[in-house]
Amino acid sequence: MSRIRNNYENSFRARFLRYIMGEDELPEKNYMSDFRKQIDIEKEEDEKATEHYLVPPLEDPMSDAKRYAEMSGLRWFRRLYSVMAVLLCIAISALLIYNVTFMPRFGASDSPMNNEVTERYLEKAGEETGTVNVVTGLILQYRGFDTFGETHVLFIATIAVMILLKIKKKDKPEEAAGEPVGGDVILRTIARVLVPMIFLFGFYVLVNGHLSPGGGFSGGAVIGAGLILHSAAFGFSATARFFDEKIYDIIKVGSLVLYSMLIIYYLFTGANDIDSVVPLGKLGNIISSGLILPINILVGAEVACTMYAFYSLFRKGGI
Amino acid sequence: MTKPIVLLLVLFLIVCAICAGWTKNLLVSIVIFMSYSLIMSIIWIFLQAPDLAITEAAVGAGVTSVLFFATLRKINAIGSGDGKEEPHEPDTK
Repeated sequence: MSRIRNNYENSFRARFLRYIMGEDELPEKNYMSDFRKQIDIEKEEDEKATEHYLVPPLEDPMSDAKRYAEMSGLRWFRRLYSVMAVLLCIAISALLIYNVTFMPRFGASDSPMNNEVTERYLEKAGEETGTVNVVTGLILQYRGFDTFGETHVLFIATIAVMILLKIKKKDKPEEAAGEPVGGDVILRTIARVLVPMIFLFGFYVLVNGHLSPGGGFSGGAVIGAGLILHSAAFGFSATARFFDEKIYDIIKVGSLVLYSMLIIYYLFTGANDIDSVVPLGKLGNIISSGLILPINILVGAEVACTMYAFYSLFRKGGI
Repeated sequence: MTKPIVLLLVLFLIVCAICAGWTKNLLVSIVIFMSYSLIMSIIWIFLQAPDLAITEAAVGAGVTSVLFFATLRKINAIGSGDGKEEPHEPDTK
């Protein structure tokens, strides 16, 4: 476990308070042992201070009285702060709950959501986009431009995280020493059974995105979770055998570029009222609904790569 | 028939939300947050949004919690996992 309860000096609050008071720097590496050293130093200083208490240290700007005054001021501020925070939370929740009472009941037929837009989507989505799952048709065709932007937001977020967390190649060896080789026996045994199932389920959700609930993002998230489980159980080197940085770069950039091209084709044909050359196929078949199936697979690959990259960057600072 | 189940789940949800904030131990807090996401994904199914349920289970309960665990390990708030427990400070009176 992380720490014992009654160990107040090491609790987050005490350290935070000390940090605010500027009594010691926030230790960098191993704060437990550093802090213990700090206690010893402080004890020695206290003993010294009691020995020479007749000669007050003039150069110390923080006298006891001043420190006490600041401390009590801080205490009052913290009390006021917590009271005000609770009051603010209660006020905002009350306001929100009061507003909810004005909303129509869940699933009511006369709610303003059931207007002609929804009706049109539900009636025409089958023949216009070829999807049984109207949500996918809605996301990837009617509102394809929104999804296009969202996918790029995800891509940019990964780049930002990479800039923050990536460790340079030359600093890597010392990091690699502490790199986990893999989980324990229980985790490995269960992962050996579960990981293929998770991959299969994720791929099922991806490929059936236009027929059943799910789609690019959900399936990609499931596959990404499977990748994370695999690397947590068998170590990063095992995952790198089929998914290393090179493959990651190819899949991520390639799928984003392909996806952008397909969406731009959709936007172009839609905006100019041209019929798409891709046939929609028979409603309900796996190979149907035009470009939605490849777009779903590409979005899934993108999301799976992003999920695994986040985990990998957090754990070892690289793919 | 489904209404009492949903009410029970919402009750669990509220209890989880409060406990996640109140608990002192960060590790326990993350586990409670994970169960919050799982309950939420079941509620999504009852609200007839199965795609959201899949995403919530994968992202909320899976990936987010794993990222939190990795962060806790980075800041040395939980053990390093090589069987070595973090040393405890003995009680001083």
